[in-house]
Amino acid sequence: MYSQALDERDGVADEAVNAAFEQRVAAEEKVEANDRMPAAYRKTLIRQISQHAHSEIIGMQPEGNWITRAPSLRRKAILLAKVQDEAGHGLYLYAAAETLGVSREELVDQLLAGTAKYSSIFNYPTLTWADMGAIGWLVDGAAIMNQIPLCRCSYGPYARAMMRICKEESFHQRQGFEIMVTLSRGTEAQRAMAQDALNRWWWPSLMMFGPHDSESTHSDTSMRWKIKRFSNDELRQKFVDVTVPQADFLGLAVPDPDLRYDDATGHYVFGEPDWSEFKAVLRGEGPCNAQRLAHRRRAHDDGAWVREAAQAHAAKQQAEQVA
Amino acid sequence: MVSPTSEQLLTYADGALILSHRLSEWMSNAPTMEEDIALGNIALDLLGQARGLLQHLGNEDELAYFREPQEFRNPLLCELPNGDYAHAMIRQLFADAWFAEVWPQLAADGTVDIDVRGVAEKAVKENAYHWRHSSAWVVRLGDGTDESHRRTQDALDAIWPYRGEVASDQWYARVEPVLAQATLTTPGRDAWIQRGSADGWHTEHLGYLLAEMQSLARAHPGATW
Ligand SMILES: [Fe+2]
Ligand SMILES: [Fe+2]
Repeated sequence: MYSQALDERDGVADEAVNAAFEQRVAAEEKVEANDRMPAAYRKTLIRQISQHAHSEIIGMQPEGNWITRAPSLRRKAILLAKVQDEAGHGLYLYAAAETLGVSREELVDQLLAGTAKYSSIFNYPTLTWADMGAIGWLVDGAAIMNQIPLCRCSYGPYARAMMRICKEESFHQRQGFEIMVTLSRGTEAQRAMAQDALNRWWWPSLMMFGPHDSESTHSDTSMRWKIKRFSNDELRQKFVDVTVPQADFLGLAVPDPDLRYDDATGHYVFGEPDWSEFKAVLRGEGPCNAQRLAHRRRAHDDGAWVREAAQAHAAKQQAEQVA
Repeated sequence: MVSPTSEQLLTYADGALILSHRLSEWMSNAPTMEEDIALGNIALDLLGQARGLLQHLGNEDELAYFREPQEFRNPLLCELPNGDYAHAMIRQLFADAWFAEVWPQLAADGTVDIDVRGVAEKAVKENAYHWRHSSAWVVRLGDGTDESHRRTQDALDAIWPYRGEVASDQWYARVEPVLAQATLTTPGRDAWIQRGSADGWHTEHLGYLLAEMQSLARAHPGATW
């Protein structure tokens, strides 16, 4: 709240402050919570960090869906720990957003009201156990590509949260890939399960990098402010280049008839994702949007009496101490 | 000291396994994000304890995924459905008080295998945290609002009959002061008690729990995961 007051005093018109800020950021200096910053920088960060936090919290659902059916106790422990990690990521990120002068409650209210966005990938259903492999391999893999550059983000609290998170995400990625290796070396039914999961998760994973650079609205300023380091298309290309050889190693077919290796460039050429589907899922028309939000709202509502009780009890304790 | 039989170890293992499963059902459903994490921690600890004992008793996945409900030896308490948070915390309090007796005994028992004692030694520390968590919540909920008090008293009344397999004098001595501090009324030590798994009884809930837990493993017998 304190830092918001600073902004108001500075006003958008305070060009000297803004110019000094731009210089610092251009020089790769870190911005900290109590530093002066342009209102638009603050706003961009709050939007991005809170969307990221919401994604972690909503992301608990598709994987939580398989904890109770995990096919071995070892896998169950790994999956349980992973879903728990995602809750932890959500908490670090809400805490990072709070350093910018918003409260977690406000942000969660936006999520519950349906006015905040979260990663569209979590609006797809997890239909088989192989989806636990595919999500770790592809979704955590794509998340890492997106997030490693954020460890160098100009905003210090976000950058530090991302360093912690990226370490855990790379565990998740390896564990997911290990599930895929086991399935692809397993029975015929297990191989078919792995291929089906790749078929369903491939294109949504590519869309995690966002629209083409030519259509991305916030990119230029975010690049200048060192919030973003690489463009959406650059990261997507990098992901495809890393992931296709892994699919080959698994003996699985990437569901893209246009996919080929270009000797001249040393990169894979790949087909166009279905952007109309991407936009539909963002609009709320994905297979699980309504379900994910309803689940979050139910958990929140069911917990209301518990949170009230905890508050009431704490207040009684405090009153007793004073008395 | 009489060495615990395999049957007793199986009771501890199944109790931890089934309770861990119930706690894992809370993931993404807890009243706060901090509680999602706390319940996840406790579920993971219990799963680790169960695995340690099951690995000693045989093949952990054979035992977890290919036994019938009648062969499970967990206290019925552990299989009771989650209900609301008051039910979850009363159930947890009862189980934590049970394990608070089980693990130190096992850890100190020179007649049991070194690997079992290792599991128990680690579990003693984990259990101390679980107990702090569940007892603090029971007090908060019992002595919170009118609604939380009513819900917690309801939970206590509903779960009290399932104490038979876990209660001892020490168990009562642990649990009763917490319930008193929570301003709850116990139905009393002499109140009726449900029959337990040692007599071949379970609740109807275990069948559904296992149907879910075992479904994938049983659909692919012999597969490696
Ligand atoms: Fe995460
Ligand atoms: Fe992750």
